[in-house]
Amino acid sequence: MLTFARRAFIVVWKDLLVERRSKETLNALFFFGLLLLFVFQFALGPDRERLGATLPGLLWLGFILTGLLGLARTFVAERENDCWEGLVLAPGDKSAIYVGKLAGNLLLMLVIETILLLLFAFFFNLDLAGVLPGLAVVIALGTVALAAVGTLFAAMTAQVRARELLFPVLLLPVEAPLLLATVKATEAVLLGETLGSVAHWLKLLAAADVVYVAVGVLTFDFVLEA
Amino acid sequence: MRRLLGFLTVLGLAAGLVMGFGVAPREATQGNVQRIMYLHVPSVWVAYLAFVVVLVASIVYLVRRSETADRLAHASAEVGVLFTGLTIATGSIWGKPTWGTWWTWDARLTSVSILFVMYLGYLLLRGMIEDRERGARFAAVLGIVTAFNIPLVHFSVLWWRTLHQPPSLMAPGPAPVPGIIKAALYVNFVAFTLLYGYFLTRRVRVLRLEAEAEA
Amino acid sequence: MASEPLIRVTGLRKTFGNHRVLDGLDLDVRAGEAVAVLGANGAGKTTLLKVLATLARPTRGTVIVAGHDCAKDPELVRREIGLVAHSSYVYEDLTAAENLAFWTTLAGLTSSAAERASALATVELERAAGERVRTFSAGMKRRLSLARFVLARPRVLLLDEPFTGLDQRAKKWLEEHLASFKAGGGAIVMTTHSFGRELAVADRIAILAGGAIALDTPRGSLSTDDVHRLYALHAEDAC
Repeated sequence: MLTFARRAFIVVWKDLLVERRSKETLNALFFFGLLLLFVFQFALGPDRERLGATLPGLLWLGFILTGLLGLARTFVAERENDCWEGLVLAPGDKSAIYVGKLAGNLLLMLVIETILLLLFAFFFNLDLAGVLPGLAVVIALGTVALAAVGTLFAAMTAQVRARELLFPVLLLPVEAPLLLATVKATEAVLLGETLGSVAHWLKLLAAADVVYVAVGVLTFDFVLEA
Repeated sequence: MRRLLGFLTVLGLAAGLVMGFGVAPREATQGNVQRIMYLHVPSVWVAYLAFVVVLVASIVYLVRRSETADRLAHASAEVGVLFTGLTIATGSIWGKPTWGTWWTWDARLTSVSILFVMYLGYLLLRGMIEDRERGARFAAVLGIVTAFNIPLVHFSVLWWRTLHQPPSLMAPGPAPVPGIIKAALYVNFVAFTLLYGYFLTRRVRVLRLEAEAEA
Repeated sequence: MASEPLIRVTGLRKTFGNHRVLDGLDLDVRAGEAVAVLGANGAGKTTLLKVLATLARPTRGTVIVAGHDCAKDPELVRREIGLVAHSSYVYEDLTAAENLAFWTTLAGLTSSAAERASALATVELERAAGERVRTFSAGMKRRLSLARFVLARPRVLLLDEPFTGLDQRAKKWLEEHLASFKAGGGAIVMTTHSFGRELAVADRIAILAGGAIALDTPRGSLSTDDVHRLYALHAEDAC
């Protein structure tokens, strides 16, 4: 158990180090998120009312589009450094690697989402004061499932030729019900309603979180093979 | 064995068509187009059945590395995509005269469309991986993930939107559907399940022959 | 004790799609023994090594390494082997010390910073320990991948053309390192396509041609020319 945790941790540590030194992912994703905001604004026009109504959807569109890019890069360090086989050969439970990569992705997603949320609040003049805790819960629940499946699929598509195409094609249908849930829940929270009023959506998200992390942990051995 | 299955399938389909398009009563408001239900609803049933089979076969493959389980999963996904496509098509044809539109984001059509895309993705993944063994493994994992997605899709879409007929066949309480219609539906359920089974066995056989030819 | 070979390959066949790369390959390697596998490019040397390393599954035949079946228990085999391939499995943005810490911890080994520093010293990288691997030469990267095995102590070392791209000093170092690994009871399988002094550390020479071992002979007193002649004889034969 302790070895498992240590191994998962060393994967997170390594990924953070690589990111800190190469500075590739976080910066690019930040700019991408920023640009998305402009794109949304241009696509939907200057009408404040219309934007207000679609805000929860746009927020999650922003999260998902940046998530697609960020999660697809889960194993890019392994690919660029030719280390994939090294991971396969490392003795021990492969799911520790999954947990480590998942933790790294969660960290990445949460940082990006926080930044995006603040940008949204700035550009669209959102008052986040009272709604932040509720919003945080919804975002956390929604992100875990996205990252869980994204990490698994990133491993599966890492060695496929057309991975840039296959990854979103596989991930988006799985993300669809989660998107419905998070947007509805975010809508409610932004309107000032309690979390209790959207309890069914939150339960759905929580169920998805548990199921997808479990599937990831249980099947990663089969994915990280030669 | 296969011949018997084929024969029964044809019989079942014939009976189903007769029941649905002949014996069952004409619906008051919608007219004859409502008879599409006898194709549409059994298609949905088979589409979901096919994906349950994909789930079970995928798990069996991962646990036992059985080639047969892998071929079963592959074939079932293919046949499932077929029936899912049929569901969407019949739903659309039913919808146009009934609701005035080819497409609508109602609960069932949306769910089934997501199902369709998920399994196209499954087949796409299989097609893109050259190594046969790796393809089987990854497809099995994907099969499991997407199967778990089905209930999530079902509930989320249901809560999101309901314009469709309330699911009367599976709702608890007194069924508002008269006997003869139910009978016609059940006959078609059986017929379509037989058709699924027939396609499945043929497809598994072809996959097995292909694998043997390669070795 | 050393009666059972550490590596036993029987009737190995490996097919990729329609292409049969290895067929009917037999090979035994005992503890303390080093086998150099010679073969033309495309003969299947790397494939053989991958199968031994559990990175490729045998299509047919059995491969037993350190008492475990590669096809059935790859995870158990992986604990006992060390692979030094063309890709050195190092992260270029990390330092040598960081790479070592990562790979050994991932392998489940607990080691102190002092032990890792000592391992780096064994492979003569102690001065470069804090440098990023991006700045390393091929020889340094290869030494770094061996540093892992100083700590992990596998029973089998698999090396794919390990002397390629090394300068004289590095080659000499590698030769000594492999000799001491052998002396410690380990088995070595090394692929190579040159006939020079790289073969000095080998106890046996196996020529891979036509998908199988065409000739398996003790290196003993064979000179470079002898080896060259034998290779020309057996490898060309199979064409």
